[in-house]
Amino acid sequence: MASQLINANPVVHERKARSVRQPTSAHDDLAVEPIDSLEVFDHVRDIKDPEHPYTLEQLNVVSEDSIAVDDKRSHVLITFTPTVEHCSMATLIGLCIRVKLMQSLPPRFKIDIKVSPGSHASEVAANRDLLQLSNYHPKIDHE
Amino acid sequence: MAKKLGGNGAARLGFLHQLEGHTDRVWGVAWNPASRSGGAPSMLASCSGDKTVRIWEQQSTVSSSSPSWTCQAVLDESHSRTVRACDWSPNGKLLATGSFDATTSIWEHVGGEFDCIATLEGHENEVKSVAWNTSGTLLATCSRDKTVWIWELQPGNDFECVSVLNGHTQDVKMVLWHPSRDVLVSASYDNTIKVWAEDRDGDDWRCVQTLAEPGWGHTSTVWQLSFNMSGDQMVSCSDDLQLMVWDSTVDPSEWTGNGGGPWKHLCTISGHHERTIFSVHWSRTNGLIATGSADDCIRIFAEDPTNVASSVSFCKVLEKQKAHEGDVNSVRWHPKDPRLLASAGDDGVIKIWEFEQDL
Repeated sequence: MASQLINANPVVHERKARSVRQPTSAHDDLAVEPIDSLEVFDHVRDIKDPEHPYTLEQLNVVSEDSIAVDDKRSHVLITFTPTVEHCSMATLIGLCIRVKLMQSLPPRFKIDIKVSPGSHASEVAANRDLLQLSNYHPKIDHE
Repeated sequence: MAKKLGGNGAARLGFLHQLEGHTDRVWGVAWNPASRSGGAPSMLASCSGDKTVRIWEQQSTVSSSSPSWTCQAVLDESHSRTVRACDWSPNGKLLATGSFDATTSIWEHVGGEFDCIATLEGHENEVKSVAWNTSGTLLATCSRDKTVWIWELQPGNDFECVSVLNGHTQDVKMVLWHPSRDVLVSASYDNTIKVWAEDRDGDDWRCVQTLAEPGWGHTSTVWQLSFNMSGDQMVSCSDDLQLMVWDSTVDPSEWTGNGGGPWKHLCTISGHHERTIFSVHWSRTNGLIATGSADDCIRIFAEDPTNVASSVSFCKVLEKQKAHEGDVNSVRWHPKDPRLLASAGDDGVIKIWEFEQDL
């Protein structure tokens, strides 16, 4: 157990008010809504930061704007911003996001997770490690 | 004389069969080398995250239509974790299976039954690939522990480890033997390909060359390697979305030069894959290269017939989208029939395809 937190004094933001979705019209009852960045954000915003009793949203690690979704191509790209540049928790945060999304999204989705440009001292290495995580399926982790 | 396909006519990859049964992603498929030899039916081994290996057999090919496949055996008592790789010995009688449980099992195929005759231990963690040499006397294994092991088959089905090869700095994804020489190649998460050969005095094995930057090399994990029929060229595939073709004509055991190494970069094939290329296989019968990718596609490449330059180049012959409902982990051409291709995916199924091209 580390005796020193990586970031002892994070800046904490207010939780955004949850926007209320407009109900779909009656004849669309059977239509499947395309997945958009707000829905993906809803899945990840409440993930707890590894070090502090705050969510990734409150620490501005992820935001709705940092998520790009292409439902037709079944692709999600999330860039997240660790709270400090030398964050060694980046891979762990990436893993938490990936596992949550693999549990929440249909299996057709390809998920790419990266640190946002300029946010990490070893950006290339961090993104390499995050790419490696994409080769592991949550089912295998239970062996 | 192998018939070379890949001309200018329209090409198709027709779906023939789907082999279902595995309950987790299928990592690899391997055609039994004896398939269609002397009237023997085609046989395929597959290995999976469900910890089993399945043996599939196609019924007699007497009729002209495509006969059906059945699952002949489920090998489920050997490994305690994912089975990550499988490879048949050259005479088709032995099957090696490598697992995340850090062991390699050897199975003997006798009269429709499969018995586990040996378990090779030594790797510290997950075994990623297993490969027999062309004479069936040596077996190579590699692991996330960064090492490559060479085992020698002894009388009485015993295996002796003859060398532990260090050199890679990360997880080793694949090992493969040259088709006509006892030369071994390995691919790794450290972005490099290493070429290993036995010392002249036969004492030990050493790394003769590392195909990596600076100079020509992949810029991310190298997943698989494949030689062409004659072994004078080798293709590699990577996380960096590229294929690289290498000139492997020179025998590394004879290499005494100082600069670079015996093998040279020939060309890079890029711009066709959108996500990681997990698998590549160069057919021994039709000269085509097949790839399987994390974008769920199978693609087929041929040497470019219109290329007039002195170097080689390749063009994409076809792209099969949504070949699987998930990543394509392995593609393998049939050892005898130039039309047949097998693929394995994250969707837990194996598919048999038929390649056709108008002339």
